[in-house]
Amino acid sequence: MDLNRLWAYANPKKFIETTNRVLPAVSILAVLCLAVGLVWGFFFTPDDYRQGSTVKIIYLHVPAALMAINAWLMMLVTSLIWIVRRHHVSALAARAAAPVGVVMTLIALITGAIWGQPMWGTWWAWDPRLTSFLILFLFYLGYIALWEAIENDDTAADLTSILCLVGSVFALLSRYAVNFWNQGLHQGASLSLDKEENVADVFYHPLLVSIAGFVLLFVALVLLRTQTEIRARRMRALMARERMG
Amino acid sequence: MMPDLGKYAETVLSAYAISLLLLVLLVWLSFRRSRRIKAELETIEKKAKRHG
Repeated sequence: MDLNRLWAYANPKKFIETTNRVLPAVSILAVLCLAVGLVWGFFFTPDDYRQGSTVKIIYLHVPAALMAINAWLMMLVTSLIWIVRRHHVSALAARAAAPVGVVMTLIALITGAIWGQPMWGTWWAWDPRLTSFLILFLFYLGYIALWEAIENDDTAADLTSILCLVGSVFALLSRYAVNFWNQGLHQGASLSLDKEENVADVFYHPLLVSIAGFVLLFVALVLLRTQTEIRARRMRALMARERMG
Repeated sequence: MMPDLGKYAETVLSAYAISLLLLVLLVWLSFRRSRRIKAELETIEKKAKRHG
């Protein structure tokens, strides 16, 4: 595959034309996977022998947490492309992904607290994974605020890209905190290549479908929101030109 | 049809209700902004064309 062909999508017109073609299919697949994964998980899986019916929260909590981290990593890649190659679409894709990432982080934090209360006896603990997730959430808010605060699009893209690089440390910490510090309340990763550590098959299969749904929803929303950011940028440019007479 | 969630019914249902509400809100706001910006851009482009 010729990677250079990828740069054709840095052209805003080409990006909008292509994403307009794929967006309906991605959106329908996202809704289908989410519906199947969540209905399967909620209605047709047994209770866990230790956690009872609270295990059903896994179909929301794990995919949301996974997307919270991966959304930031996607923003990191697109920010690096902006820094190196100065493609506007790339910076705008990072901007478009942030609100989706913040909602995923919020869902992971809220469902984690709700799940933690009956299992740990507390809504919150300053545990490595929980704390790094909270910091990631604050980074998301800071990133969005920085985009909003700066009028010049290129300056905003530069500064938010730097913030994104710094925040990536916390995105990685959120993923590996449990492994770094062998302490705290949060259990190890639910998904593992090690069969002993992985969740049981009866929970694993619907969880995979639910994860696919969250990934597709993220892709669909980021494509739609990137289109919106491209149009908003063009609008600002036209308005500026009009003001200058 | 509703599974027996036992003593954790409130816990599980509230997690689902809040998460789905947040997801629906995110999708709705994304579509609403997309439609609004598209319409505003069309108006501005038309105006810009008229003024040459």
